Amino acid sequence: MSVFFFCSVIISIVFGVINGKTAEVSAAALRESAHAVELSLKLLGSLCFWSGIMEVAQKSGFTAFVEKIFRPVLAVVFPKIKNKSKAFGAISMNVAANLLGLGNAATPLGIEAMKELHKISGFSSAATKEMVCFVVMNTASLQILPTTVAALRLEHGAERPMEILPAVWFVSVCSLVLGITAAKIGFGKGEEQ
Amino acid sequence: MSTDLVVPVTVAVITGYAFYKKTDIFSVFIQGAGKGLSSAFSILPALCFLMTAIGMLRQSGIIEMLTGFIRPFAEATGFPPEVLPLALLRPFSGSGALGYYEELCANLETGSFAEKVASVLMGGSETTFYTVAVYYGAIGIKKGRNTVPAALFADISAAVLSVFAVNLFLQK
Repeated sequence: MSVFFFCSVIISIVFGVINGKTAEVSAAALRESAHAVELSLKLLGSLCFWSGIMEVAQKSGFTAFVEKIFRPVLAVVFPKIKNKSKAFGAISMNVAANLLGLGNAATPLGIEAMKELHKISGFSSAATKEMVCFVVMNTASLQILPTTVAALRLEHGAERPMEILPAVWFVSVCSLVLGITAAKIGFGKGEEQ
Repeated sequence: MSTDLVVPVTVAVITGYAFYKKTDIFSVFIQGAGKGLSSAFSILPALCFLMTAIGMLRQSGIIEMLTGFIRPFAEATGFPPEVLPLALLRPFSGSGALGYYEELCANLETGSFAEKVASVLMGGSETTFYTVAVYYGAIGIKKGRNTVPAALFADISAAVLSVFAVNLFLQK
């Protein structure tokens, strides 16, 4: 992370000078932290709400029910934790929310899952293989119905805005499988704890 | 649209099930919401750190330069050049990508090859860096290992595959 930050800053300065955009780069350095606050404020409400709903789902046993549905697929991706029900349950709920297109809910549920994975890792400061797979899974889109895109297409006169569905599914599934494969293969067996 | 019902129905199903199981919904909800509150605060420092780095990168004009650099390769593989900035913007900024996509929708003919590729790309990918920042920020992970390379590999695959998928499914 430290390397990433340092490199970004250096690259930004170099390209900012080349492109004559030093003013923009400087403004970004000052302004982006305020954007981060805005973003976490936006998240604050939905984090509270969906964490509350998640707690209700967990205590009532609803999570266990969702977990059963996704177990066959998720056990393949996360073989090491398939018997740790809390983490596995949270991952299942996150996947369910992603499939339904509940982006606002998927993030808090995903954070819940990350916390469980963190517990399992013994609170390590380095990502585990499960965390890498889970985060990569969330950087790919799992949404069944891309409603935002469909709404915009409709607005711009598409006759059948949802006609793109098979192509979207194909791209989602393929990039997901490739991403998880890259996450697993690239992790490096030697440094696993 | 019937998709408007997804959120309320999900909430209704979960609380309905809890009601049926005689869970004390209110106090359990409050407990969970409290945890959510502390998550939100624990994300903020990491988010400040990463969003500043990403914001500076975006403003430095590197994306535009990359677009120019990749354009010949993209044209050779049949990737519509108008959509290239969208593919490059997508991992960095959700709102930026959506804004650019809206512009494309307005300027390209609906149903054209480039418009379809852009739509498939928008529907089939996510804002990679934001997701990484939020998830690792929430639990204080310092070493992300191969997360970003793997995620970007998935993003590049999505861009290449969206051209392939449009040709396969949508051009008749």
